[in-house]
Amino acid sequence: MKREYSISLKTAEEIAILRDAGKVLAGIIEKLKSSLTSGITTKDIDGIAQELIQKSHVKPAFKGYRGFPGCVCVSINEEVVHGIPGERIVKEGDIVSLDVGIVYKDYYSDTAVTVGVGRLNGDLSKLLKVTEESLYKGIEQARVSNHLSDISHAIQKHVEANHFSIVREFVGHGIGKRLHEDPEIPNFGPPNNGPVLEEGMVFAIEPMVNMGSWQTKILEDGWTVVAADGKPSAHFEHCVAVTKNGPEILTK
Amino acid sequence: MAKEDLIEVEGVIKEALPNAKFRVELENGHIVEAHISGKIRMHFIRILPGDKVKVELSPYDLSRGRITFRVK
Repeated sequence: MKREYSISLKTAEEIAILRDAGKVLAGIIEKLKSSLTSGITTKDIDGIAQELIQKSHVKPAFKGYRGFPGCVCVSINEEVVHGIPGERIVKEGDIVSLDVGIVYKDYYSDTAVTVGVGRLNGDLSKLLKVTEESLYKGIEQARVSNHLSDISHAIQKHVEANHFSIVREFVGHGIGKRLHEDPEIPNFGPPNNGPVLEEGMVFAIEPMVNMGSWQTKILEDGWTVVAADGKPSAHFEHCVAVTKNGPEILTK
Repeated sequence: MAKEDLIEVEGVIKEALPNAKFRVELENGHIVEAHISGKIRMHFIRILPGDKVKVELSPYDLSRGRITFRVK
């Protein structure tokens, strides 16, 4: 009844390329983060991202992906993921998720961070902290012989222990020669389920955490995902290789 | 909305869409957009074009649904 995922195993050479790609991408997102100030539009952010990507001699992975118009997904406050760069203005006290993907030597890399603009209220700071921590809890489980859902479970457990909720309709993914490869990586579920992890698998792990309930909806633009209850949402993502020495974060 | 209000129908997956959705052709020939349930995700069940699935529709919006089951 259950069909197997076909998860590609990367060679050491391929992982070396993905590591280089991740390093370039980490540099881009670091600079993009520091450009965030109140008053900037999300379109401006996309312009800066485009420039940074060009300067790094890599290609944007999202632009044109199934018609997505930007180089970066910018998702503010109640926006969960896939925000289209546009006229929305970033304000003091907002949380802004920046999700960027690049193509380097025919390999994809994908990362996201959520940053606060100016001073945040305590709940928002906690949301960012718990979401980022849950990403690392998930990454910690990306080990040879673990099951895929051990990653999912570790994320959910940490998020719910802190009284937030984990988005269920969107998931992490394998990555390599394509932006989205098998498997899908849910951020929830019981442990000890799904494919067994092997050396050479590379995953984009990306918990999306809502302050209210986990339900989401998609806006009329066909892309922007928002929390159904309008409460804030955060998102962090890294690409991670499963190695015999444990998980290796590539996007750093 | 109460759960009892949902309409359950069968359909066939036509196409995978972005944003984790699928285009599904229902038995009555109607085409709807549907997302997959958390339970399907949690059990790592793959949904591919050509698969027969059960879809829940809301009587208030018959163009959107939720895939709850993959029939064999």
